[in-house]
Amino acid sequence: MNADPAMPRIVILAGGLSHERDVSLRSGRRVAEALRGTGAEVTVLDVDADLLPALRDLHPDLVWPLLHGATGEDGSVRDALSLAGVRVLGTGPRAGRVAWSKPIAKTVVARAGLATPDYVTLPQTLFRELGAHRILDALVARLGLPLVVKPSRGGSALGVTVVTDAGQLPAAMVECFSYGDTALLERGVVGTEVAVSVLDTGSGPFVLPAVEIVTEGPYDYDARYNPGRVEYFAPARLSDEVAAAVADTAIRAHEALGLARLSRTDLIVDASGTPWFLEVNVAPGMTETSLLPQAAAAAGHDLGALYRALVDAELVGP
Amino acid sequence: MTYQPGPGDSTAGRLTPAAGTRLDPWLGSYAERTHGMRASEIRALFAVANRPEVVSLAGGMPYLDGLPLDTLAELAAHVVATRGLTALQYGSGQGDETLREQILDVMRIEGIGAHPDDVVVTTGSQQALDLVTRVFVDPGDVIVAEAPSYVGALGVFRAYQAEVAHVPIDDAGLVPAALEETLTRLKLEGRRAKFLYTVPNFHNPAGVSLSAERRPQVLEICRRHGVLVVEDNPYGLLGFDGDPVPAMRSMDDEGVLYLGSFSKTFAPGYRVGWAVAPHAVREKLVLASESAILCPSNASQIAISTYLSTCDWMSQIKAYREMYRERRDAMVGALAEHLPDCTWTVPDGGFYTWVRLPDGLDAKEMLPRAVTARVAYVPGTAFYYDGQGADHMRLSFCYPTPERIREGVRRLATVVAGEAELVELFGTAGDGLDDTVSFPSPDLA
Repeated sequence: MNADPAMPRIVILAGGLSHERDVSLRSGRRVAEALRGTGAEVTVLDVDADLLPALRDLHPDLVWPLLHGATGEDGSVRDALSLAGVRVLGTGPRAGRVAWSKPIAKTVVARAGLATPDYVTLPQTLFRELGAHRILDALVARLGLPLVVKPSRGGSALGVTVVTDAGQLPAAMVECFSYGDTALLERGVVGTEVAVSVLDTGSGPFVLPAVEIVTEGPYDYDARYNPGRVEYFAPARLSDEVAAAVADTAIRAHEALGLARLSRTDLIVDASGTPWFLEVNVAPGMTETSLLPQAAAAAGHDLGALYRALVDAELVGP
Repeated sequence: MTYQPGPGDSTAGRLTPAAGTRLDPWLGSYAERTHGMRASEIRALFAVANRPEVVSLAGGMPYLDGLPLDTLAELAAHVVATRGLTALQYGSGQGDETLREQILDVMRIEGIGAHPDDVVVTTGSQQALDLVTRVFVDPGDVIVAEAPSYVGALGVFRAYQAEVAHVPIDDAGLVPAALEETLTRLKLEGRRAKFLYTVPNFHNPAGVSLSAERRPQVLEICRRHGVLVVEDNPYGLLGFDGDPVPAMRSMDDEGVLYLGSFSKTFAPGYRVGWAVAPHAVREKLVLASESAILCPSNASQIAISTYLSTCDWMSQIKAYREMYRERRDAMVGALAEHLPDCTWTVPDGGFYTWVRLPDGLDAKEMLPRAVTARVAYVPGTAFYYDGQGADHMRLSFCYPTPERIREGVRRLATVVAGEAELVELFGTAGDGLDDTVSFPSPDLA
């Protein structure tokens, strides 16, 4: 343990071998920069063969994984870190594994009484066994259109297609299965897209203002990381009542899934004001265009101070 | 210490709704030429390619391990010690005169006779390409290029808002009849092509070379149509068999603008390339270059000049040839063994082979699967102006060792098999991804 609590030694994990490596590297650099401004001593490390020896040499007070996708979010890196005996910020490996799987997370939050769009999860092998077109026809009949096709795991909208015409479905499936072997097909809810970040700096989870996302075209990779096509409203343009319902949904999802320290829940609010849970991220993006930093800024937080508060809470926490 | 939630957090009341933001205050200020620029998921996928677990058959990095680094270190020290005040100073916009004379020696191997005054030294031949396009092309002008064509050239052409007319190639390079037809069609449409952009030797990405018989034919067609030929020749000295074919510039002083580079035959880190242009064009290139960069790096030019005058650079090139030949053999052998349902070109030099996938497969759609399988390539669409090329991929054999190349192709075979099964299952080639051309950076090794 570092002798000076004002200057904790922090390792940020960024990069990794996932499709979202690039985004993770950017998130890592942003958080590192913000934390350095608070006096913390920050080292950014990739997840590779040098990691465990480096952790042994550095003896960090805390590791903050800012890995997006694959082993970074599915709990396995956290399991490995616990083997190395280091303290890790955020959700533990078991809850992380649940949250990482979109269908399992949906099941958990539905049991907790939250609304989540009707869905089916189908592995590629099943299409082979049962006949692809028969399944696709049945899917459209059951879930209707629009329909959202996404890999059951993963982020940054990679492999995601909003299908408005049944003819687009085969191509959407091919794209989805290029990213993973299981597809989540979800009834498309029409409404206002919002993201709600939940933080816990030591006195229980609280929400940041919801951020509303208005996109020209799909909220895809380009829209997320190349400013211009998306207009963000922070806080979201919701009535007080709906804003409270949205905040409540995010907190309940965070708690039902057993998440810790920070999470971001993505929701759609339909015309009746019902928030529909889509998915949750235990390692939300922290880039210049990401939603959590926007929400924090809208709430008047200094990002450095806020990130440092998360770190300090983890250092004194259980 | 417990951090207090801010004034806008739910536990502390609501904020007034904000105006929307697009996170870019300069959104209304960008030039029209930026409008096609998009953040591509394909480009993001390449971020994984430089991890050691991934066999990258994507990048075009030369393999530099064979360079005599100790000697180069001594040369660099010598340059700074003896000519430091020149090397670290601004220099001539046209380039160092000694180096320009030495460049003539290099080009003589491919039959080019020129005068030092004809040479303009540039920051890599990529800058020469930019200057040529800047000097000749207005928005909407047409440039004729091979189908496929070098991705970095297409990027420059797009930046200057040119349109590109692709002309088919075969195993002997650009097809003269198709070139004639394209130029005639453009003329009938009232649109004159400004220049033909061609990589005649060991083409990037196609791996083929323009045959000796076709070179005068292509020159004659362009001359007749009043079209300048831009001959881009970074790989000409890296042929695996026999002597280099005479450059097109060796057959036509006035109709050919020649681009050369030390990046592949020596080292790209110096960023030294050059253009050889007819007198009037050269003057404009120098002026354009001075407005862009004032002058090419003196330090780099003097380093290369010293290398050329004190080292056996031809032996280095021969060593490169042998090494790349071995890698080409590994690539072609592995393709035959693992991907019998694909077809590919067998290059006689250079860095690349161009692989056609089985029917219905889309190389861009397949890339995430490849990244998962720890192998990377460049999808064919990157090498076309108009979204063609989805059924092709470019594989580089320049950087990975022969063992890694074989492993990469073995991984690729499982990727292709998986994608083929998927496409067959859904009866589609898939078109979910957009048709944005991506620009993989050259260091994707």
